[in-house]
Amino acid sequence: MNRKALDLWVGFFVAIGIGALLFLALKVSSFSGIQMENTYQLQARFDNIGGLKLKSAVRSAGVLVGRVTDIRYDSEKYVALVEMHIDNRYLFPKDTFAAIYTSGLLGDQYIGLEPGGDEEDLADGATVLKTQSAVALEKLISQFMFNKASEGQTAPP
Amino acid sequence: MTRFLHSFMDFLRLLGHETVNRVWRLGYGSRFFFAVLFRSGASLTRGRLILREIWFSGVLSLIIILISGLFVGLVLGLQGYEILQRFGSAGALGTMVALSLLRELGPVVAALLFASRAGSAITAEIGLMKATEQLKAMDMMAVDPVARVVAPRFWGGVISMPFLAALFSTMGIFGGWLIGVVFIGVDDGIFWSSMQASVDFRHDVWNGILKSFVFGVAVSQIAVFEGFDSEPTAEGVSRAITRTVVTSALAILALDFVLTSFMFRGIS
Amino acid sequence: MQAYRLLLLSGLHQLRKFTVDDHLVSIENLCFDYGGKPVLRGIDMHIPKGRVVAIMGGSGCGKTTLLRLIGGQLRPTSGQVKVAGEEVSALGLAELYALRRRMGMLFQFGALFTDLSVFDNVAFPLREHTDLPESMIRDLVLMKLQAVGLRGARDLMPSALSGGMARRVALARAVALDPALILYDEPFTGLDPISLGVIGHLIRRLNDALGATSIMVTHDVHESMQMVDYIYFISAGTIVAEGTPDEIRASRDPFVDQFVQAKADGPVPYHFPAPNIAADFGLTMDTGALA
Repeated sequence: MNRKALDLWVGFFVAIGIGALLFLALKVSSFSGIQMENTYQLQARFDNIGGLKLKSAVRSAGVLVGRVTDIRYDSEKYVALVEMHIDNRYLFPKDTFAAIYTSGLLGDQYIGLEPGGDEEDLADGATVLKTQSAVALEKLISQFMFNKASEGQTAPP
Repeated sequence: MTRFLHSFMDFLRLLGHETVNRVWRLGYGSRFFFAVLFRSGASLTRGRLILREIWFSGVLSLIIILISGLFVGLVLGLQGYEILQRFGSAGALGTMVALSLLRELGPVVAALLFASRAGSAITAEIGLMKATEQLKAMDMMAVDPVARVVAPRFWGGVISMPFLAALFSTMGIFGGWLIGVVFIGVDDGIFWSSMQASVDFRHDVWNGILKSFVFGVAVSQIAVFEGFDSEPTAEGVSRAITRTVVTSALAILALDFVLTSFMFRGIS
Repeated sequence: MQAYRLLLLSGLHQLRKFTVDDHLVSIENLCFDYGGKPVLRGIDMHIPKGRVVAIMGGSGCGKTTLLRLIGGQLRPTSGQVKVAGEEVSALGLAELYALRRRMGMLFQFGALFTDLSVFDNVAFPLREHTDLPESMIRDLVLMKLQAVGLRGARDLMPSALSGGMARRVALARAVALDPALILYDEPFTGLDPISLGVIGHLIRRLNDALGATSIMVTHDVHESMQMVDYIYFISAGTIVAEGTPDEIRASRDPFVDQFVQAKADGPVPYHFPAPNIAADFGLTMDTGALA
């Protein structure tokens, strides 16, 4: 193996290696997704966030508009405080409604934003006031059972 | 009764001897690791030495890595589709293929293949150099064999490993795409976009690269140590090669568990 | 004029005397244990500059160990080895390497680097230790290869060489840096008679041409007798006989006699120590039973 051929092979190896890394970074991962620099911050309080996690999606009309960046517990109001970064291109009215949904039956949970009709838009650092918590399956079921049970009791024999 | 007692005592003695031996080798191996690091100066300033070793451990492992990656991807595509379509989520095929390759299969399988292809070759090369007194000859020529022979091979392996893992994952994703999109007919756009939506660069890609780097250090170190420490006979070298492959495989899987529990704790 | 010549001669004589008295290698009361077993016991040797010295003895008598001790690859249990006035075992790695740059060593089977060509093998010490330009390295390597008659084999790989050729390439490599001391570990082992003669001739010629000193460990009596200045015989870790080849030939020492004449039995016994033969075969030395 002479030197030129060796250099050529190693060069080829390193080149396709870097090519593979670029492919993984740009094509496979969300590296090219939402740029975190061009965002503004919103906050929202939820009674129950369910399975919401850091980096969960924020969607409006099904379109990805931002990501959850922080989840804390507000020990004064006993609720969850969720911080999210929204793409600068998208603005939402002040009376926007934030709810936690599940994609599909078993999928990830995400925050859905439903715009209201206010003239003014939410500014950087503003808080979304109207929220709806995650639907807890156990609650739904127990509610359903309770209703059924009370139906049975009130029904005339 | 006395015979039983005797064999039991023998067993205890053997156990103690083996334990002491293992601990001794661990200590010697660690000392050797630091010796290699400290005496790497010459090989790092003389790029050509490492270039040859990247060729030896990287370029020569290329074919097996690419082909295995492709096949693993094809299998992942088939199995993944079969399982996901039961839940009506065949669209998540891209996510499944990409995440399993980037986080686990890419770094781990590439490292296992690297250990059996390049690691064994490094052990054999150094072991044979020792058996034919080449290392002693070098030492007598006032050239440090650790700096001249061991360190370049170590760094060549460390540099090659992340590239090989990335190539393995890339080929695997290509294989998954081939089965899923081209043969089965999952939508091309959904395949890629579901992948992009759930694969995170830092958590998935970067952690995978980090894993393969750690595996590269471990396998290269085991390979050069076993070669350098081998008994200078044909039988000793072949035993050292076996030890390289076995120890590397164990080290990769154990390290993978440790790294995974550090990297993916609390997220997703 | 006459007086001047006399002065010059006496001056030369002084110089000669000085160089002869100046031992390049001196070994004093050297002992070496391996795994608690004594290998060398109280070796004394003084080797002057310019000589070719052979160390002889049967296999496993510790002569290769002695060579390793001189090269600093082993440390003596007690006693000392001095090379060029420096005590080898007291040197740190850097100083030891500085000393080894002035040594060349020929290993038993050459120990050529199998991944390098003949040319690169000989160039190896030059490239590692000097910053000479490639053109000068080429000239030096070809000169060394010419000296061992293998200038034409420069592009071959070591696997393509015969045993004798590999030994000659290794010799060219050992003298690449013009060493002051050349060590030979069994240079004649496994060679055909022609190669053997060539190597023997080369060892002598290179030593004289370089003004070096050579120490050769061997068990080949006849080849060595023709070319060395002095011979040490080692048995069971001690020097049992020493002298010039003529003195050795004339020696009546039983060990030397056995070794030189290649007798099967002698001070070095033919039988490995064993229990009494009769007892081993279960025979009783009872005369009654024999009768």
